[in-house]
Amino acid sequence: METTTEQKYTFKDFTSDQEVRWCPGCDDYVILRSMQKALPDMGVKREDVVFISGIGCSSRFPYYMNTYGMHTIHGRAPGIASGVKLANPKLSVWVMTGDGDSMAIGGNHFIHVLRRNIDLNIVLFNNEIYGLTKGQFSPTSLVGQKTKSSPYGNTQPPFIPGELALGAGARFFARIGGNVPKDITQILVEAHQFKGTSLVEVLQNCVIFNDGCFNNITNKDVKEDKQIYLEHGMPMIFGKNRDKGLVLNKLKLEVVTIGENGITQEDLLVHDAKEKDPTLHQMLVRLEYPVATGIIRSFDDITFEEREDALTKQVKANSKFKKTDDLFFSGETYTVK
Amino acid sequence: MISDKVKLQPEVVEAVVIRFVGDSGDGMQLTGTQFSDTSAMFGNDIATFPNYPSEIRAPQGSLYGVSGFQVHIGSVEVSTPGDNLDLLVAMNPAGLKTNLHALKPGHTIIVDTNSFSKKNLEKALYETNPLEDNSLENYRVIQVDMTSLTKEALKDVDGLDNKSITRSKNMFALGMVYWMYGRSRDYTIDFFNKKFKSKPNLIEANTKVLNAGYFFAETLELIPNSYTISPAKMRPGTYRIIMGNTATAWGFLAAAEKSGLELFLGSYPITPATDILHELVKHKHFGVKAFQAEDEIAGIASAIGASFAGDLAITTTSGPGLALKGEALGLAMIMELPLVVVNVQRGGPSTGLPTKTEQSDLLQAMYGRNGESPVIVIAASTPANCFEYAYEAAKLTLEHMTPVILLTDGYIANGSAPWKIKSVDDLGEIHPRISKNASENWHPYDRDEKTLARNWAIPGTEGLEHRIGGLEKDSITGNVSQAPKNHEKMTKIRAEKIKRVQNYIPEIKTEFAETGDLLVIGWGGTYGSLHSAVKQISEEEGYKNIGFAHFNYINPLPKNTGELLTKFKKIIVCELNNGQFAKILKINYSGFEFLQFNKIQGLPFGNNELIEEFKKLVD
Repeated sequence: METTTEQKYTFKDFTSDQEVRWCPGCDDYVILRSMQKALPDMGVKREDVVFISGIGCSSRFPYYMNTYGMHTIHGRAPGIASGVKLANPKLSVWVMTGDGDSMAIGGNHFIHVLRRNIDLNIVLFNNEIYGLTKGQFSPTSLVGQKTKSSPYGNTQPPFIPGELALGAGARFFARIGGNVPKDITQILVEAHQFKGTSLVEVLQNCVIFNDGCFNNITNKDVKEDKQIYLEHGMPMIFGKNRDKGLVLNKLKLEVVTIGENGITQEDLLVHDAKEKDPTLHQMLVRLEYPVATGIIRSFDDITFEEREDALTKQVKANSKFKKTDDLFFSGETYTVK
Repeated sequence: MISDKVKLQPEVVEAVVIRFVGDSGDGMQLTGTQFSDTSAMFGNDIATFPNYPSEIRAPQGSLYGVSGFQVHIGSVEVSTPGDNLDLLVAMNPAGLKTNLHALKPGHTIIVDTNSFSKKNLEKALYETNPLEDNSLENYRVIQVDMTSLTKEALKDVDGLDNKSITRSKNMFALGMVYWMYGRSRDYTIDFFNKKFKSKPNLIEANTKVLNAGYFFAETLELIPNSYTISPAKMRPGTYRIIMGNTATAWGFLAAAEKSGLELFLGSYPITPATDILHELVKHKHFGVKAFQAEDEIAGIASAIGASFAGDLAITTTSGPGLALKGEALGLAMIMELPLVVVNVQRGGPSTGLPTKTEQSDLLQAMYGRNGESPVIVIAASTPANCFEYAYEAAKLTLEHMTPVILLTDGYIANGSAPWKIKSVDDLGEIHPRISKNASENWHPYDRDEKTLARNWAIPGTEGLEHRIGGLEKDSITGNVSQAPKNHEKMTKIRAEKIKRVQNYIPEIKTEFAETGDLLVIGWGGTYGSLHSAVKQISEEEGYKNIGFAHFNYINPLPKNTGELLTKFKKIIVCELNNGQFAKILKINYSGFEFLQFNKIQGLPFGNNELIEEFKKLVD
């Protein structure tokens, strides 16, 4: 039912009656609560929200949300979510996925959903490990990483999720640590508001099988020095003392210190998330120091549904077929008496 | 030139079979379609059978590159494309070599002599030219320099390259056959005018060549060996010629309109199912959402998503694609969502024989998923009834809340036949089980007492927010439950739900004898072949002890199946596989001996082989 007055929700309205069964201390709890807090800020009705997941720890997510949801099969959530959104474009559709679900078994769907730019939101829980099957290497595990299926060290080079996503044509990509709920909440709201497929990568710590894998990036005492939190229109500046920044030196990003070698804030790059050309965004997602977080790319483009809708309207306006009978009895028919 | 070693004694018969063969680029499908459509307009009953290679343009002149189109036209009901040919039109030596065996002795071959070059003869593995070595003396051979005559006819048409000129020689052959069978050229000329609207020189060229062939035959006074003149006695009504795949697509259009839902197709191209996608993408005016996905899995996945969100969702594929969809189909099954999977069967296993027909996916449809996962399985049996079984598949899935697999096959999907057009007003009601209002005791797995179908709560409906998934769920709330007894209960409910569909489908009926010595059983796309064989043996050869039962409902089987089996001394199950339906019958009805007649050649049954087999069993 349509209501005229906007409903005021709190995070409790989005909390289901199911007991959350992730391991104690898992960052998944942070993401869950951030989502439950973000939804009231999105101005969307609870019955219009759908969470779709595949298989993996992260994919239990829909059970904990008091919205519509489907916990589906490994890797296929983008396909299923696409069907939900195309069937009813009014819905706010979320894909909750992990590094294995999205980039190993579901790699094909992952790249194609980004290419199409359907207005879906994808939250990628990247913990660089397989958790639910108890500790094998994933497509984002590092070379040399020792896991249950690589006891002598992983020999498969990893994907950088942002690099893969931008290569596949992603219009919106954000990356955020798994320990900063307020930032996650804000980015989720922006992902919702973005028209088109938005991908949010959360650097999510797995306390059991890959504990501390992001410590040197996300820990409170290092994050300001090791991360650059990008904001559209703002200079690329980072560091506890806000004295470091990024400049372009030939074809590479270079870290500089303000005040050294005559560098001032004016010399730093200014972040343009809305730029169509993803070259600089690609350089940012690949950067190992500092690690780029925040909304790295947010390029407004026509969505798949908008294209389809425009075509449908055009075909409808020009068609002589209003009902199927018009079609069935059209063209070459003949009568037997 | 006409060889006159065979004396022509034209006779009027009830039905004739004509086959057009040539290179896969020779336009044989178009030629055949034009002839069959024109004959249908004339009032004949028709059945057609395209037989083409899997290569798009196989090397010219090769034996495996031969493309053929067979049409059976009758002044009586025809239910198959026919076995033995009354007329063979061969555009090259390879076509002659691979198709001559099907021509009735004494009957006519039309050949394009220009194509019987040394090179083409070698490619067709002829050591000597069959037009010169007397090997065709038992046939009436009409040798026509078709390529030269086509060039001559087009010498005054501007703007044609050599390729366009030679490519239109198929219209010369068509013109000849039109004259021989007294058919009008109007329908085809009208077709040129529409197809080449923006290329007037092609309209002119094709019309000229068609006319040239027509007048050529007139000048030679070419008379066919056998011809049929009078229109068939068909039930009054408005008809159109329809291909099985189009009929399938239209059945879903009708079901969407009738049920008040929007139609969603998630699909990935695969032979021979792709024409359903081609058809449905055209119909945006009805709000059809046809989504070409990145692979077979995304095809079914998107359909499952659309179903959850309240559309009438379907996915279309062929054997290998069904294998890829298996896991997702199991998901739809455990989530108890409506979904139709169309499998247009082709020769398997693996890539198999992509353009040939077979019925070998039956067991895959029945059992090709992990766990206990029964679904409804039904099969269409003629090109035209693909419409009603697509409609029925949609109705069953929406009313029983379980996936339905609709089996057709390459033979009926590509074949065409007259369809007595059904208005949507005359189709049965469809009642989707949509929950509209929240009530306090509502649960996603509340069931209808009679059908056991659960409720369908669609996102956007306030108060019915719920989660479903592939994990086993509690029998009432739908929440995840791994409780041992609950799992057993749910497994049995899902099986019982399929079984109860028996109460909503028609009983199986026999045709011809109702009791007797032999019951011929078939299912799916073989209806035409089996029906015409049993008809011939019963009506023309006086066997009154043979009954025929053809199954469209496979899972569940019709209620009275067991009873039917008791009425005959012998039972033979005929299928284009190695005995898959026979296996299903054996599992369900012990105590009967199920004889088998199986053909696994990528081809439909022939009339003669069936009749011979049936006679052996009753004589």
